[in-house]
Amino acid sequence: MTTLRVNGEDREVDVPGDMPLLWVLRDVVGLTGTKFGCGIAQCGACTVHLDGKPVRSCQLPVSSIGGRAITTIEGIGTTPEGQKVQQAWLALDVVQCGYCQSGQIMSAAALLARTPSPSDADIDAAMAGNICRCGTYVRIRQAIHQAATGKVFGLQVIVDGSPA
Amino acid sequence: MNTRTNNDRFDAGRRTALKSAGTGLAVAFLWTAGMGPAYAAMNARRQDADPAVAAADGNPPFAPNAFIRVGADGKVRLVMPAAEMGQAIYTGIAMMLAEELGIGLDQVAIEHSPPSDALYGQPLLGGGQITGGSTSTRGQWQVLREAGAVAREMLIAAAAAQWHVEPSGCTVSRGIITHGPSGRHLGFGTVATAAGKLPQPATVKLKERKDFTLIGKPLRRVDSPDKINGGTQFGIDAKVPGMKIAAVRTSPELAGKLGPVDDSAARKIPGVIDVLKLDNAVAVVGEHYWAAQRGLESLDITWLPGVNAKLDTQALIDGLKKSSRDGPALVGRKPKGEAPTGGKQVDAEYITPMLAHAPMEPLNATVHVTPGKCEIWTGTQVPTRVVAEASRICGIPADAVTLHTQYLGGGFGRRLETDQVEQAVAFARQVSYPVKVIWSREEDIRNDRVRPLYFDRISATLGDDGRPTAWHHRITSGTVLGRWMPGALGKDGMDSDAIECAADLPYSIDYALVEWIRHDMPPGLVVGWWRGVGPTHNLWVIEGFVDELAHAAGKDPVAYRRAMMPKGSRAQGVLDLAASKIGWGSPLPARCGRGIAVGSPFGSHVCLAMEVEVSPEGVVKLRKAVAAVDNGITINPSSVKAQIEGGVLFGLSAAMFNGITLEKGVIEQSNFNDYRNLRINEVPLVEVHQVESDEVPGGIGEVGTAIAAPALANAIFAATGIRLHQLPVSRTSLAQSNDGKEDAA
Repeated sequence: MTTLRVNGEDREVDVPGDMPLLWVLRDVVGLTGTKFGCGIAQCGACTVHLDGKPVRSCQLPVSSIGGRAITTIEGIGTTPEGQKVQQAWLALDVVQCGYCQSGQIMSAAALLARTPSPSDADIDAAMAGNICRCGTYVRIRQAIHQAATGKVFGLQVIVDGSPA
Repeated sequence: MNTRTNNDRFDAGRRTALKSAGTGLAVAFLWTAGMGPAYAAMNARRQDADPAVAAADGNPPFAPNAFIRVGADGKVRLVMPAAEMGQAIYTGIAMMLAEELGIGLDQVAIEHSPPSDALYGQPLLGGGQITGGSTSTRGQWQVLREAGAVAREMLIAAAAAQWHVEPSGCTVSRGIITHGPSGRHLGFGTVATAAGKLPQPATVKLKERKDFTLIGKPLRRVDSPDKINGGTQFGIDAKVPGMKIAAVRTSPELAGKLGPVDDSAARKIPGVIDVLKLDNAVAVVGEHYWAAQRGLESLDITWLPGVNAKLDTQALIDGLKKSSRDGPALVGRKPKGEAPTGGKQVDAEYITPMLAHAPMEPLNATVHVTPGKCEIWTGTQVPTRVVAEASRICGIPADAVTLHTQYLGGGFGRRLETDQVEQAVAFARQVSYPVKVIWSREEDIRNDRVRPLYFDRISATLGDDGRPTAWHHRITSGTVLGRWMPGALGKDGMDSDAIECAADLPYSIDYALVEWIRHDMPPGLVVGWWRGVGPTHNLWVIEGFVDELAHAAGKDPVAYRRAMMPKGSRAQGVLDLAASKIGWGSPLPARCGRGIAVGSPFGSHVCLAMEVEVSPEGVVKLRKAVAAVDNGITINPSSVKAQIEGGVLFGLSAAMFNGITLEKGVIEQSNFNDYRNLRINEVPLVEVHQVESDEVPGGIGEVGTAIAAPALANAIFAATGIRLHQLPVSRTSLAQSNDGKEDAA
């Protein structure tokens, strides 16, 4: 049995040590927000945090994790950066199909945690490992700037029913 | 109430649909679908098929049509006739229904529709429940607003009856019905049951555009909140009690067969449960995907070579070239008037590569086959086709198949096919438990149903003023339409998709001959719909060639195009706007160039102006992409902008990097390392500008993709003097020697 600390909770799992964390999360723990996109760390859809640092869970053997804290998309909203990123993602309606967005948000939250005011070059460096086939990159960049600065970048969507 | 007698309004909707369909694919479907009584598609009023669907939904007190359900508690649920794959159609549909119903987008719950052509058929695609061809908004604009209005009128009638007042004195806003003179008001739930017993109004009045409260606003997507916290359930996320997971390998050689398999090592791996075979594929089932994948990798598989064992890409191109010479050619547009004599002749040949779809969510389906029944969880653009195929494979009636529709992690046309689900059903039939079959990215690309390979010959004669006096465009390709819906081919066998945007140019050229030659691909090399379909190919060829003509005539590419367009045309409107917004003609740094392309795909009009920089080593940097679009009335400006932003980048990824090639019958690409996608550090600045319009809504999901490649190629020409006649860009050397002349490539 291996004990994993996932989103602040201990999870006991009985899996082979070489099993990538991605499949432990999805098929054993039952957290399916972390996505399978390529299986070779090319697309970033499987990004989670280990002690706040972004990692590609499709290439991470579960035996290598030890006691480090795992944060997934389901838990990122409890961190200050995660919350800011999610709010900006909503304000700009970044998502399209949405499949890559778990990974995008995890990479963006990790970026803001280490670089609170990222430049475009910082964003390029931190986000280049996350592919989006729908091409939401324009809004991802705007949303990261918005999350970092609190200022408005790009067209803000309206939540119907909200006070004007 | 049977509304089949309401044919007058049905026909009015049909006429609107025809008007808004534009040209090409959608109209071809309309023609072939015929206008006869067999035609069935979504309707604003209750249909024969409604009671069964409403019963399966627990008979909501008020279900006036297939789209709207109101409970006694006043909760409103909207049922989505199309598939959500990122294009924001759920938001657009909800806005069209809610606008007329008189409710807020924040006050409704959104539901996937069950499979039913009769209730959710797309009028522009022959009445099938199909999401594709950028038809959803065009085909639903009239009928869904009418559906909302029918529901509103019935709720008002019930409230007015309860109050003993005239319905005309009542209004609806944000789910509250108010009687103006008395100030009385009530919620939908109070009258839902009573409204459900009323007759349906024969006619309803739709709002004028100036009275819209939702349509035209950048409202937040209905699916955004769940997509930012991992809550959205895609097909691959399905959880079914007792479910096992399977990894698959299909014959890498297209149309090859499975030979002997030694599975002794696989069966020793902890967590491996079963090894299943089909005639062309093998699957390993595990407790989890990791066990299944490890099991698959430890199989010793013998593949049996088939008809494609010696097939490579060059042979396919050679075959197309031969057919292009030998014909027979079908005529898509006949020249008018007399052939011109004399003038400068310009000729070109273009090769357009095969492409994979590679949606971010790899193909998957979860299937549980039990005696006499089949249950499926998947994301699909064609739910009724999934049901039909499962029914065929299992030998059971269609109503014994249950489909649980899921969100799609990208479609791009790949999920207009049912091959992966068919395979999953065929595996699931062999076991008693539910099984989730997941294709790895490598399987996804190597077994794609690719965008066709095209070979084009195109030529023009230029008059003294440089304008073309004659135009001849001959397209040679396989046919997606001819396989996917053979009945939709013309009587002469013409594929309307193959000539879409080629037969109907935005330019005034009388003596224009447009032809298509059908050249089928070998068995196993199945061609499929790819975002932008026919227009993505034709616009790249035509707009590249028009740029060649401008150059041959010594004219500016914008001025040259402008002069050929009917004055004040919508295409001219977007050309002018994009050129102005990018600062066409203003100075650029060294090694930079601007290119432009314009077209009218999917009932909309689009122009893309691009700026690139090409390094001496031939590396292309995308500096800027400025799009102008006239898509008629906009439902949601944020969604339109997003579709153009993303559609352009999707098209640029393909144009820059992508081409599927074959070696010994095997697709050579396999994952995002060799089938590249633009990354955030590679994308240009993107601007989207809209032309204000009162015309009916046009399609938008594929418009940006269709215009990307020619704008890029023309910008590269402006920067380097090198004209691209094949894609992707990466196959042509753009390196410049030190004296500024191009290398012999």
